[in-house]
Amino acid sequence: MKGLRFAALGYLAAILVAPVGLIFYRTFERGIGAAWESVTTPEAQHAFWLTLVMVVIAVPLNTVFGVATAMLLERREFRGKAVLNSIIDLPFAISPVVVGLALILVYGRTGWFGDWFAENGIRIIFSTPGMVLATIFVCLPFVVREVQPVLREIGTEQEEAARTLGATPAQTFWRITLPAIRWGVGYGVVLSTARALGEFGAVAVVSGRISGVTETATLRVQERFEAFDPVGAYSASVVLALMGMAVLLFMNLLERRRRRMAA
Amino acid sequence: MAIEATDITKHFGDFKALDGVSVNVPNGSLTALLGPSGSGKSTLLRVIAGLEEPDGGTVRFGGRDVTHVSAQNRGVGFVFQHYAAFKHMTVRDNIAFGLKIRKQPKDKIKARVDELLGLVHLTGWADRYPAQLSGGQRQRMALARALAVEPEVLLLDEPFGALDTRVREELREWLRRLHEEVHVTTIFVTHDQQEAMEVAEQIVVVNDGRIEQAGSPADVYEKPATPFVMEFVGPVTRVGERVVRPHDLDIVQDAEPGALEAMVQRVVYLGFEVRVELVPTDGPPVSVQLTRTEADALELAEGDIVWVRDGRVPARA
Repeated sequence: MKGLRFAALGYLAAILVAPVGLIFYRTFERGIGAAWESVTTPEAQHAFWLTLVMVVIAVPLNTVFGVATAMLLERREFRGKAVLNSIIDLPFAISPVVVGLALILVYGRTGWFGDWFAENGIRIIFSTPGMVLATIFVCLPFVVREVQPVLREIGTEQEEAARTLGATPAQTFWRITLPAIRWGVGYGVVLSTARALGEFGAVAVVSGRISGVTETATLRVQERFEAFDPVGAYSASVVLALMGMAVLLFMNLLERRRRRMAA
Repeated sequence: MAIEATDITKHFGDFKALDGVSVNVPNGSLTALLGPSGSGKSTLLRVIAGLEEPDGGTVRFGGRDVTHVSAQNRGVGFVFQHYAAFKHMTVRDNIAFGLKIRKQPKDKIKARVDELLGLVHLTGWADRYPAQLSGGQRQRMALARALAVEPEVLLLDEPFGALDTRVREELREWLRRLHEEVHVTTIFVTHDQQEAMEVAEQIVVVNDGRIEQAGSPADVYEKPATPFVMEFVGPVTRVGERVVRPHDLDIVQDAEPGALEAMVQRVVYLGFEVRVELVPTDGPPVSVQLTRTEADALELAEGDIVWVRDGRVPARA
C-alpha cells in the first residue's frame, strides 16, 4: 500500500504539481510588479474579458441544450435516439483543431453560408461569433452527460405523481424534475466552465488570433510565449489557473453541500 | 365514481401486457387487482390512471369516456409502491403540491394540509423531509398527498409491497378504515392474496394479461372460476386427480369408500391449525389442514396409516 501511495503522489507531482508550481514561481521571480503590469495591459485585459465572454455565452446555452437533450434521451422514445446519444460524445472524440477547421468550412467566407453572411455584413469566422461557436462545440457533452445518469436514477415516478396531481408538463419540469437534477446540472456547468476557460485549439483556428481583438486568455499565453515575453506568458497562465481553481473550488463546495443535503 | 374499463389491450414491444381486459368497479367500492408479477395488473391500473395509453379499449369514469384524457386532467389520486415522495420538499409541501398547482388560497391550503396530516398521523412531522421518514410514514404521506385534491378515484399500485410485515398489516387495516370514512372509489394492486382478501370488497384476479375472475373475496375463494384462481387465492393440494383446499380434507382412522389410503409423514403445529403431510400409497403427497382439536382427537403420529377423504362430501352410510 505504501509503495502505491508513493507512486501515485510521485506521478501527480511530476505531471501536475511541479509544472504548475514552476509557472507560479517563474511569474513572480522578478517581483509581483512585472507580472501585474503584464496582465493589466489593454491587450491582456481584453483577452481575459474575451475568455469571460466565451464562458458567459457558451455555458448557459450548453446548459439549456444539455438539460433538454438529456430529458429527450431519458424520457422519450423516438427514432434515431441511439444515433443522437452517440453524436453527443463527438466533441470528446474529435480534436479541437479539426472542430475549428470544420467550422471554417461551414461558416467561413467560402463556406455554405459565406456569401449570405458577406452580403449581410455578418462575420462569423475570425470574429467573436465563431469563437463562441467553437467553445460551445467543445463544451457540448458535459451537461448532457452529467444530467443523464441523474435522470435515470431518480426515475419517472415523482414526475408521474406530479402529473396525477394536476401538474402540466412545464410545472412538473420546473417544480419536480429540475430540483431533483440540480446537482447534476451544477457539475455539468462547472465542467463546461473549466473547459471553456481552457479551450485553445478550436478557438485558435477560428479566431485569426488578432491581439486585442480576437485573442482569448489561452491564445494570449501562446502569443506572449512566441514573442519571447516569458513573464507575460507565465502571468497570463497564472490568472487562467486561478480562474480554473476557483471553478474547482466551487465544485467542491457544491459537492459538500450535496452530501450534507443527502444526509 | 364508477370505473369501467372495456376491452383494454396494451403492448410493450412484442409483449402483450393486457389482452382485451374488461373491469367494472362500482362507485365507492374498494377493489383489489390481484395477480402474480407480470400479469398486467399494474399496467391496467396505470391505464385507468392515464399514465399509460391503451392500444385499444375505453376507460369510463361515471359513464364519461376518459380514455384520451391525460393523467393531469383525470382527477385520480395515485399512490406508488416506492412512495414517489418529492425528496426536495417537506412533508407539508408534498401534501400541498396538488392544492398549490390548483392555486388554492394559502390559508385554505394550510387548513386542508393540517387536516390531512392528522388523518395520516403525521402532524408532528410536517417540516421533515421524506428522507427523515420511515417507509410506512412515507407511504402515509403519499396517501395524504393523493387525497389532498379530493380525487373521485384513488388508485394504489402495490402500496404496501415495500414495507415490512408489521407495518404492512397496520396500513392495510388503516386503508380499510380510511375507505369507510372517505368512501372514494378505490382500486389497489397486489400480488398478495391475503392482502386482497383482508382489504377488498371485490377482487379481480388477473393473469397473463387477462381477467380470470371478478367477485367478492368469498366467491373467489370458495367458487374459483378457473384452476389458476383456485391455486392463486389459497393453498391447494392434490388428491388423485382433484385439486382441493387442504382444510376441505378430513382424516379418518378406518377405510372408507372414496377415501385415499396414506401414511402420515409429518405433523406441523401452526398455532390453532395443524398441517398434516401424508404420502398416499399411490400418487403425489397430500397436505391436510385440521384444527388442533381434530388433530388431537386423531392422535396422529409419524408412520400411521390413515385415510384421507373430502370433508365437503358427507360420508356415505
